[in-house]
Amino acid sequence: MREATYLDAIREALAEEMRRDPKVFVLGEDVGVYGGAFGATQGLFEEFGEMRVVDMPISESAIVGVSIGAALRGYRPVAEMQFADFISCGFDQIVNQAATLRYRYGGRAAVPIVVRAPSGGNVGGGLYHSQNPEAWFVHRPGLKVVAPSTPWDAKGLLKAAIRDDNPVVYLEHKYLYRRAKGPVPEGDEMVEIGKAATRREGSDATLITYGAMVGPSLEAADRLSKEGVEVEVIDLRSLMPFDKAAILQSVEKTNRVVIVHEDVKTLGIGAELSAVIVEERFEALDAPVIRVTYPDTHVPFSQVLEAANLPDADKIAGALRKLVAY
Amino acid sequence: MPPIKRTKFKLAPEQLLEMFYWLKLIRAFDERLSVLVKQGKVRSGVYTGIGQEAIIVGTCFGLRKEDFICPLHRDLGSFLMKGVEPRVMMSQMFAKETGLSKGRDSALHSGLNELGIFGNTSMLGANLPVAAGLGLTFKMEKTDNVVIAYFGEGASNVGDFHEALNFAGVQQLPIIFICENNQYAYSVPIEKSMAVDDVADRAHGYGFDGVAINGNDVLAVYQSTLGAIARARAGDGPTLIECKTYRWHGHSEHDKAFYRTDEELAMWKSRDPIPTFTTYLRTRHVLDDAKQQEVEAKVKATIDDAVDFAMNAADPVPDEATSDLYA
Repeated sequence: MREATYLDAIREALAEEMRRDPKVFVLGEDVGVYGGAFGATQGLFEEFGEMRVVDMPISESAIVGVSIGAALRGYRPVAEMQFADFISCGFDQIVNQAATLRYRYGGRAAVPIVVRAPSGGNVGGGLYHSQNPEAWFVHRPGLKVVAPSTPWDAKGLLKAAIRDDNPVVYLEHKYLYRRAKGPVPEGDEMVEIGKAATRREGSDATLITYGAMVGPSLEAADRLSKEGVEVEVIDLRSLMPFDKAAILQSVEKTNRVVIVHEDVKTLGIGAELSAVIVEERFEALDAPVIRVTYPDTHVPFSQVLEAANLPDADKIAGALRKLVAY
Repeated sequence: MPPIKRTKFKLAPEQLLEMFYWLKLIRAFDERLSVLVKQGKVRSGVYTGIGQEAIIVGTCFGLRKEDFICPLHRDLGSFLMKGVEPRVMMSQMFAKETGLSKGRDSALHSGLNELGIFGNTSMLGANLPVAAGLGLTFKMEKTDNVVIAYFGEGASNVGDFHEALNFAGVQQLPIIFICENNQYAYSVPIEKSMAVDDVADRAHGYGFDGVAINGNDVLAVYQSTLGAIARARAGDGPTLIECKTYRWHGHSEHDKAFYRTDEELAMWKSRDPIPTFTTYLRTRHVLDDAKQQEVEAKVKATIDDAVDFAMNAADPVPDEATSDLYA
């Protein structure tokens, strides 16, 4: 199969969905002639014109609110937040307007919008170009949240998100944009929202992760394999809903769990996964659930400081060794 | 372009009587709700628009089904005028299964796409970006439908107001922004929340026309709205109409509104939109005692029926507390 970058996969999904369905359109800052700050909408303006590739003022709340209004009239808008960090400026429209609408309309309407948000660090972005806001949105009923780690999933999940009738926060990791390269299917291959992928089979421990942490997690698992420990690596892909069945099945097999994420520790996704595992499979566990995460701090600009915070293969391998030795 | 305040219009006697009916119905609906809250029969979520009815009737009268309205929290009457049955509206206030939201939320936090009604959250002004999105789709489709977006003078201080009006101006969207300036944002008077006298002035910063009018004169509201709608339907973009009015009750029915004077309230009550319009109708011989009694009897019967229906309607079942979250 042909290979493409994560960024190309996103662009391809957008173009294909816009060709397939005239109700799909994109809006955001610099998405038009410029093609998006990262190039995710390059070529769309030329192909679809200014009414389907709408350059917006610096107005994140309006970007989301306009999307909601269009969705109520049967459109499927794909809103771009230039950086996931800026999503806080559109927070109310996402969590109060979009997330609650179907519920308070007595089930008589839906809000099929996608909010694309380039998230994550390790790119020298500093405090406001590196954030991982997934926990905010996972915590809000009515929203779906996805975070692909491969070009294949970036395309398949974006297509699934656009066709989903609910508001979906699509977190695309900017570290992966040009670094992640791999097979990408042509055409309508989709990745179902809510289904995890087992990236590596193993019987000694389960490692649950997503996004840009899948890479260093697999590297750590390879190292442990050389030491005789086989780690099963589960890539969540969807954070809400998350694939509870896949997680619990793996826990029953390995009896040991480490959770790795780039978001901060306190009340991050790992806290919820850990609680679910302890609630539902306590007797299957041979060791406490361990989390390897960002410390509860901001993303610093200095490479030295950022590296000190980021989970990497060394830190993950260290946690795995501790876990299997318990 | 002629000033919208001087738009030519002609209303037939039956249309004038219909306006009169709506004014009376909306007033009576809110007054009954106020009583029902005090009786403990309606739990909460009652934000009456008593004193502001002329704005709703003047802006909703003659709208198409395809036109969208984006009401604020006092605009229950706009739901009725856009086609929601009084029984359904009353059920909504009683949190019954037969209400718009099936008991999920109170008041006007629900809508119906097929009737062109958007239901906002409690975040005032948050309906305005959504209105811009609705207007954008009308522009995309090259239809001449319009959006009527309501907000208070208080909400004109919210960021969403700026973002929405700016975008509407840039894109020349078919939206009529209706400011119901009722002088108070809960307890804060206009002079403490704005450094300009007229919300209408703010429109100029977005590149379109803003006018301030007497919001207690239903015909003045109708006239200006008609002009603004004609402008929007012709593709000439948005207009802001600031309707000066006054909120007779407190912010909610629990608010005793001690922050304002009796004199001020009395002054505004003397400008009650309904007697003014009644005088006009009688002078024009459109309305007489018999017709007025007929309208009043119809209003009372409609409200009685709605209350009776809502009180006897089923509560939602507990399982529905977690349903309808996802499509």
